[in-house]
Amino acid sequence: MSTSLERRKVLKNNDLACYERMLEIRQFEKRTNELFAAGEIRGTTHLCVGEEALNLGLATVLNHDDVIAATYRSHGIALAFGISAHSVMAEIMGKSTGCAGGVGGSMHMCDSSVGVLPTSAIIGGGMPVAAGAALAFQIQKKKNVAVAYFGDAATNIGAFHESMNLAAIWKLPIVFVINNNVYGEYTRFDLSTPIEDLHIRADSYAMPSMKIDGMDIYAVQTGMQEAIDRARRGDGPTLVEAKTYRFSGHSRADQALYRPEGELEMWQKRDPILLTEQALIKKGILDEAKIAQMKADAEKIVEAAIEQASKDPEPTLKDMFSNIFTTQKVG
Amino acid sequence: MRFRQAIVAALTDEMAADESVIFFGEDVAAAEGPFKTSEGLLDTYGPIRVRDTPISEMAFTGAAVGAAMMGMRPVIEIMFMEFLGVALDALVTEGAKMHYLSKGEYSVPMVVRASCGSGLGFGSQHSQTLENWVAATPGLKVVQPSDSQSAYSLLRASIRDNNPVMFLEPRILYAERGEVDTSLKMEIGKARVLQTGTDITVVSLGNMVNVARDAIKESGVSAELIDLATLVPWDRATVLDSVKKTGRLVVVEESPWSGGWGSEIISFATGAAFSALKSAPFRITAPDVPVPYNGTLEARYIPTVPNVAAAISKAVSANEVPQPWWITEGLSK
Repeated sequence: MSTSLERRKVLKNNDLACYERMLEIRQFEKRTNELFAAGEIRGTTHLCVGEEALNLGLATVLNHDDVIAATYRSHGIALAFGISAHSVMAEIMGKSTGCAGGVGGSMHMCDSSVGVLPTSAIIGGGMPVAAGAALAFQIQKKKNVAVAYFGDAATNIGAFHESMNLAAIWKLPIVFVINNNVYGEYTRFDLSTPIEDLHIRADSYAMPSMKIDGMDIYAVQTGMQEAIDRARRGDGPTLVEAKTYRFSGHSRADQALYRPEGELEMWQKRDPILLTEQALIKKGILDEAKIAQMKADAEKIVEAAIEQASKDPEPTLKDMFSNIFTTQKVG
Repeated sequence: MRFRQAIVAALTDEMAADESVIFFGEDVAAAEGPFKTSEGLLDTYGPIRVRDTPISEMAFTGAAVGAAMMGMRPVIEIMFMEFLGVALDALVTEGAKMHYLSKGEYSVPMVVRASCGSGLGFGSQHSQTLENWVAATPGLKVVQPSDSQSAYSLLRASIRDNNPVMFLEPRILYAERGEVDTSLKMEIGKARVLQTGTDITVVSLGNMVNVARDAIKESGVSAELIDLATLVPWDRATVLDSVKKTGRLVVVEESPWSGGWGSEIISFATGAAFSALKSAPFRITAPDVPVPYNGTLEARYIPTVPNVAAAISKAVSANEVPQPWWITEGLSK
């Protein structure tokens, strides 16, 4: 059983491992959706299909002791950052072996060993928290970086603007990453936002910004590296807009019938997994046989995770009363 | 020392004791705080640890959460408690949940200081106490001092607590003087029995403790005065012991009639000490109206010494529950 940290480290400079993890995320979300549809999981879920390149791009450019404040659509972030499929599935199933002990659910991923702060189910909730983590790094003179990761719709909430402003005036070591997946809940972002490119909002805060192709893991890595380097150097924050597409509906009940005809199909031609496959085949390190093998492996990993999580114990009533307050005293 | 100086002293002493303590808020550094509650801090501890923020409560409250999770001990100042309204998510839904949602991997040792309360003519948007905004949040402690000593000792205890703490400062007390023994430690979650008595237990919080004290004196009743001091988690044992002894209970609170924290005290004590009760427990509160600006009206809005004294006397002498004045005067139902 590998640790989250080991699962994270294996991705460094390893294109095949990244591809494999993307397959795992894709398969994980497919099965999660099926389990919800079958009524085997309660509550809600928000799938990240189509966002795997962005997930992996972030996980490979950030160091494990950097931190990310992500959102309720974060199964892919969790898996990319190293949390095991078993731990994520157990959390979704509400089992004590889940990454939040089964009291969080699908929207609440966490693992301090790989810098995944508890993901927030509130739009905009994580941005000020990430700014605060960056403030701590700055005061402690650490070289770590914080990432605030959020969707396009979150750029219309006050926390976005307040956090951007604070980060700019204090020159915090933070990167704001917009996962512009075109839809904010059930609404296409052009209906809620008067601009096409959201990263230009950084101009108001005299903050550097960039637009990257969120479907291309290499474009994500290149862009994020520049932003992370700037933050690590002490040169302040960056706003990165990754253009992706949400292949699923907003949450489990949403069939996304509001999409313009042909839009999904157009984006599927730029499926991040497809693009990665093409790149790796071109590099000569992947072929059809290997793809089939790796897809089968991803299925095995996810099925084993589901099987184990299904058998795992539920949290106890004592767990319900744990970790409300820490009883740890200051020395 | 004045109440506000006790706040400064507690901040100064904790910042000296622990370099992970940082302090930020609106106008707290260069201007030393609108209520002069951070005098000298910037000079002593410098601009890295003592910071002015933009007028962005959402950002700096959330930033305190993130900084606390990464090993700092931030104290922030919300100038008027009402301003927390735009930042409730950061405190209640993010800060108070982080320990729980991380299986205890992260903790959030932060203090949110906020001035609160009526009596100074600040009008309806700058005079509420609003304990009930924060008191129903598991994961968040709520503390409110009533004098200089408790301001000093409880602020130090709050900064040293590893959980998020909401620290409410009755604004009307900032200029009040009181003895402060800086070696005296006070514990969060412990009420203070300020005077003992036999005939009624008077539970109060913040500035109403002072009103209650004067009212007890005026009434001549033998009353036991309890300063709750911590609202979450509140000291059930101390209140219960007292009610079992006196057989009567009144809560004096500055919040409006409906939905106030006093209902919680009464509800628990009535259930737990029912057989010991000689009369029905009751609350003395403000009416269900916004805090009026006009000085005459605002003085009536807040529970007054004669008002509280008369109610206590009536409760003890006749075992009756006094009606709120807005009922007896036919102003409200």
